[in-house]
Amino acid sequence: MFEKIWTRHVVAEGPGGHVLLYVDRHLLHEGATAAFTRLARSGRRVRRPDLSFATADHYVRTAPGSPVPDDEIRIMVEGLGRHTVLQGITYFGVGDPRRGIVHVIGPEQGLTVPGITLVCGDSHTATHGAFGALAFGIGSSEVEHVMVTQTLWQKRPRTMRITVDGRLAPGVDAKDVILAIIAKIGAGGGVGHAIEYAGSGIRAMSMDERMTVCNMSIEGGARAGMIAPDDTTFAYVEGRPLAPRGAAWRQALAFWKTLPSDPGAVFDREVALAAGEIAPTVTWGTSPQDALPITARVPDPADVGETGRRESMVRALAYMGLRPGTPLAEIAVNRVFIGSCTNSRLDDLRAAARVAKGRRAVVPAWVVPGSGLIKRAAEQEGLDQIFLEAGFEWRESGCSMCVGMNGETAREGERVASTSNRNFEGRQGKGARTHLMSPAMAAAAAVTGRLTDVRTLRT
Amino acid sequence: MRAFTRLTGVAVPIDLPNVDTDRIIPARFLRRDRDEPEYASFLFHDVRFSADGLEKADFILNQRRYRGARIVVAAENFGCGSSREAAVWVLAAYGFRAVIAPSLGDIFHQNCFKNGVLPVILPADVVAGLRAHIHAQPGAALTVDLQPQTVSTAGGASHRFEVDPFRKEMLLAGRDEIGLTLGFETKIREFEARHAREMAWVVPPRASA
Repeated sequence: MFEKIWTRHVVAEGPGGHVLLYVDRHLLHEGATAAFTRLARSGRRVRRPDLSFATADHYVRTAPGSPVPDDEIRIMVEGLGRHTVLQGITYFGVGDPRRGIVHVIGPEQGLTVPGITLVCGDSHTATHGAFGALAFGIGSSEVEHVMVTQTLWQKRPRTMRITVDGRLAPGVDAKDVILAIIAKIGAGGGVGHAIEYAGSGIRAMSMDERMTVCNMSIEGGARAGMIAPDDTTFAYVEGRPLAPRGAAWRQALAFWKTLPSDPGAVFDREVALAAGEIAPTVTWGTSPQDALPITARVPDPADVGETGRRESMVRALAYMGLRPGTPLAEIAVNRVFIGSCTNSRLDDLRAAARVAKGRRAVVPAWVVPGSGLIKRAAEQEGLDQIFLEAGFEWRESGCSMCVGMNGETAREGERVASTSNRNFEGRQGKGARTHLMSPAMAAAAAVTGRLTDVRTLRT
Repeated sequence: MRAFTRLTGVAVPIDLPNVDTDRIIPARFLRRDRDEPEYASFLFHDVRFSADGLEKADFILNQRRYRGARIVVAAENFGCGSSREAAVWVLAAYGFRAVIAPSLGDIFHQNCFKNGVLPVILPADVVAGLRAHIHAQPGAALTVDLQPQTVSTAGGASHRFEVDPFRKEMLLAGRDEIGLTLGFETKIREFEARHAREMAWVVPPRASA
């Protein structure tokens, strides 16, 4: 599949195996401001504004009722709006219900479709690979390069297939699958690779779940992660506002059906996991690879032979304030964050709401929907009422406490049960301690005040 | 872009694997302008300075012998995580021009090339050996020479590294990538015409206001 999409987008061959690769979609957010400024300074223009789309997600506040940011952020967001107007780029800005996290609204609007190349100046761009697109994150210089030329110089990555066969056990979801994968291959395991996720465990997933899996490819080191398109994909895309229609739809569909990897396709590396063996998973350390089943205990560095690994474990445990041997399910949390480009879609909110329903949060718990439209859809289902009655905070959409750029951070020393994607030191605020988990597990932590095996709560 | 040819400078060992770009520059500094004079102080900010803004004595860049370091000798997967190019900008602002590691985060790796910072990938045992060498002689200089693709110590040990020929040429010449690509305008136009024929559906309908 990777091969089929790659070949279709080669504009020119360069030296050393580099190719000039054409970009079908360029998604932008406030992080593109520096590139827009350089563009303006150079007097150049965006080559294909019709293939470029922008939103405001990283810096916008998500306080209930109003995403009105402080002056500095307001100026930045307005600046982005101005740049998009000047360049003729569609902008889903503040006040537009279509605004939301860039990796949520691309698929939601039908911009993300199979067979295309899609880039964004954000490492979680692999999310869009869930549709059988080649999608990857780029830096600010590359953003400017795409703005001007609609292309990128790329070297073909190696390929890795991760096969998840079998059925997930009750209480286990896509987040547990990707955390288990990262624990297995390591945070650097996918460096230099494009991953294809395959197998019956993946096929059975909804698009929301597939996006959760692909989203965290970068946490396993891979810039791109993808899943072959199938009827689930087509059903999701059909009828979306910016998806192909009519004759274009039929032409696209015929092409998309040719995309799945051929039966004999060879990958540079193969990894396999049994879906049935995956348990609800949480992280204990400061790398997403530090993931274990909730039934496990905090590991002991003394059991690790390799010096570098042992020392980084000691450091991680000191930062996390954890003692080896402590059962994970006894770790008390100070706050809960349900949101981010990993887990803020309708399926995620439903899973969290099923756990929250009829219970009471005992620590501050935020629910941050991925887009204005998801917020609205959740409200139509009454999910907001479930959360509010359970004492959760129901907020506006945005990246929020996943990255804290908008000032929404946890306090120093606070322990957060989070559905986001990174548990790095300081990620959710200076000195904040992050445990990654699924939305259901995060909701369970909210109502018990500790990391909790969601299977022990009746839903 | 600034060219990279040959560099001799103090090398600083960073032994921790998986150093992420959030650690290299915390998110709250991403809105800052990289031309600000204090930009270099954001490098490794939260592990380099205490809450009162004083240097932490145990952080390696704060040790006297590593002042003015120009080369990072890192462990596996340095620069993993966020795509923020600011991680390279802040390393460059501090004065770093080369990062040697057994592996680097993919996006960070690419971002280095765009900013005149040379990423050098060497086998894990060689990099561990270099770090041990520097630990034994803090303040020791390394020489990174791009044309012959070598990293050498003052004692004469030399290690050859692989680098992509395309990226090598661009770095040696300090060439602007956008300028290069604009030279492919005819090819891009041809591609767009073919793409519009073969994958007409790829251009989305206009979004409603």
